[in-house]
Amino acid sequence: MATAAQQAGVGVQLLTGSEVMANVVRLADVDVITAYPIRPYDTVMQYVSRFISNGEFDADYIPAESEHGQFEIVKHACACGARVFTGSSGVGWLYAMEPLAVTAGLRLPMVALVGCRALDDPGAFGTEHNDAMLVRDLGWLITFPDAAQEVVELGLLAYRVAEDPKVFLPCAIAMDGAFLTHSQATVRLPSQEQVKKFLPPYNRGDMLLHPDNPITIAPQANEDWLMEVRRQSSEAAKRAYTVLKDAHKDFCRIFGESTNPFLDEYMTEDADVVLCGLGTLSLPVKVAIREMRKEGKKVGLVRLKWFRPFPTEELRASLSRFKAVGVVDRDYSFGSPFHGGILLNEVKAALYGLDKQPRVKGFVCGLGGREVLLENVKHMADEILAIAKSGKADTQVEWIGVRG
Amino acid sequence: MSGETLYQIGTQQLPLMGKVNAIPQKAVEEYYTSGHRTCQGCESALIMRLMAKAAGPRTIILGSTGCMYVANTTYYSTPWVVPWMHTQLGSCGSAATGTAAALRALMRKGKMKQEPINVISFCGDGGGVDMGVAGISAALMHAEYNHLIICYDNESYANTDIQISGASPWGANTTFTPPGKKFRIMHTRWKKNIAALYAVGHTRCNYVATGDASFPADLIDKVRKGLATPGPAFIHTLDPCPKGWDYDPFYSHKLGELAVETGLFPLWEMTNGELTYTGISARLVYGNRKRRPVREYLEAQGRFHHFTEEDYAYFQGEVDKMWDNWSMPGVIPFKLGEDPAKKKK
Repeated sequence: MATAAQQAGVGVQLLTGSEVMANVVRLADVDVITAYPIRPYDTVMQYVSRFISNGEFDADYIPAESEHGQFEIVKHACACGARVFTGSSGVGWLYAMEPLAVTAGLRLPMVALVGCRALDDPGAFGTEHNDAMLVRDLGWLITFPDAAQEVVELGLLAYRVAEDPKVFLPCAIAMDGAFLTHSQATVRLPSQEQVKKFLPPYNRGDMLLHPDNPITIAPQANEDWLMEVRRQSSEAAKRAYTVLKDAHKDFCRIFGESTNPFLDEYMTEDADVVLCGLGTLSLPVKVAIREMRKEGKKVGLVRLKWFRPFPTEELRASLSRFKAVGVVDRDYSFGSPFHGGILLNEVKAALYGLDKQPRVKGFVCGLGGREVLLENVKHMADEILAIAKSGKADTQVEWIGVRG
Repeated sequence: MSGETLYQIGTQQLPLMGKVNAIPQKAVEEYYTSGHRTCQGCESALIMRLMAKAAGPRTIILGSTGCMYVANTTYYSTPWVVPWMHTQLGSCGSAATGTAAALRALMRKGKMKQEPINVISFCGDGGGVDMGVAGISAALMHAEYNHLIICYDNESYANTDIQISGASPWGANTTFTPPGKKFRIMHTRWKKNIAALYAVGHTRCNYVATGDASFPADLIDKVRKGLATPGPAFIHTLDPCPKGWDYDPFYSHKLGELAVETGLFPLWEMTNGELTYTGISARLVYGNRKRRPVREYLEAQGRFHHFTEEDYAYFQGEVDKMWDNWSMPGVIPFKLGEDPAKKKK
């Protein structure tokens, strides 16, 4: 049986999100990879390790002793000029929280897969976005692919943008556990030549840790310098927006796919209302929209492909076209404004100050991997349509598909 | 220096010191210089200096959070002449593995010039005896990566105000274990036998040693041997700390000597499965010299000033056990038992 790598570039294949990510890692010629088991991200390492053992690409592949070790190893490899890949899920990702914070502080372009998973306890393997979202304030770029094919685009962009010297920030590829990590879909993988054209070698420049460049990295800065260092990170995070936009143009030129770098809009041209969310939510929403359209309900979808950099301007331009917006969170933020999810509050903040603001209502659904059913989506869309019709604000955040 | 054995240390062929007066001739250059803010009498700073001196210029040094990070590397006044990078308190081993892995992968793939580069990762007793044990343990199992891990042990979390660590000696007064009216002895655990733990549990690690800045030639030689030995290596040093141990900085060197002379901290090295005691410790083991009473060492330090006769006796008794009952004094704390088949009869 031909392996995925052998088949690369020869048309369409049936692959899981994890398998596509493993292929991106292979095509990107990653140098150092660390693994530690936790579901559901770990399937990517099962594919990566098979590539390594079959000699399909050359990397130092290290199964580590914990997530802390896992992320520290690649952090240091990255400082020495190695392109790296690692990943985790749920509480494993949190076990690595210390390296996650310092990697961003050190401006190291680590690329990591988060197989989004509920934070135990109580035990749950299913998708929730709180794990990935926990690095949103630290300088990490965060992207949420919605389908296996999009992992090619966002995975390659992750390396390209993170390693751009104007950015030098780590990037998390947040994949919905099971729904994307383990679900097969038809995918067209790019060729090695295409990837070479798109992705220049990682060059750490004058920040390389090497005897030829005897620098001291991360000394004590304290109140004398830390604020300037933080400001530099903030500027890098701002620049990530433009770098991503330019890189996306290159991506379209070389691979001929994708349309918008930041937003995936579905049936929005004539929509009265839209639902707004992240990741694989788009699947049931798109199906529900098609069914609702038959009933004459003008519903659309605006999905954010990137959560960091947050596409503020794009989102303001897009959402101000509609009468009402339903923000669907697959996460929670207990005790936050209106007890809404993280995405809701970020979207609301982005829209604040617009002359023409849509009404925004928040929903929390699909926690712990609970399936978002067509009837759930239709219910949310009907709520938004009702708000659009009445024009009245509704700040109540509704939990969808929850018992009791 | 004809006829002398040279060790491959990074890109250089370097000799061993043997005696302390060889250092000014054989290891002149300093790679850890001015710019640090360590305390007067800090033996850990001396470990840093000797370690960098031994390794030479083609070296990458990684330092875990601790005194030798916080007091050593202030922005704009680094003492490190060689490239240096901070690593987290619990990631000394991971830093060594990651750095060595990057060098190996990049050189193999033709992305970096082929040359041997020394990788040294250091941590204090917090990083080497408490928090970082799992990472160091993992790092010592990777026979394919060349690096040296040094645990500079000043027997407390000295940078954060002298709190107890897994390496603090029994009974010591630390800010987390102050002697009081109800409990004279708040710290009731014996110091971890950390170098032996790493040596015994990591059979692919071919070089493990203990060192002490009071014996600088011995230490430089151990660093050079550790770096020249293929695969990972580990060195544990005992560093008298005026602030944490509560004594006049003038006595740092003396206390370093006493720790060895009393038998509390034997100097040894394990090379490719063979254990050798070095310096004074060898003379103590082979009966050419007698151990000094441990009381001389304890009485010189304020952290033991609350000790009673009973405490001194207990401490001496535990040290005696290390020498009289252990199969290898101060290293292997057990002996081969009787054949159970014979026992039945």
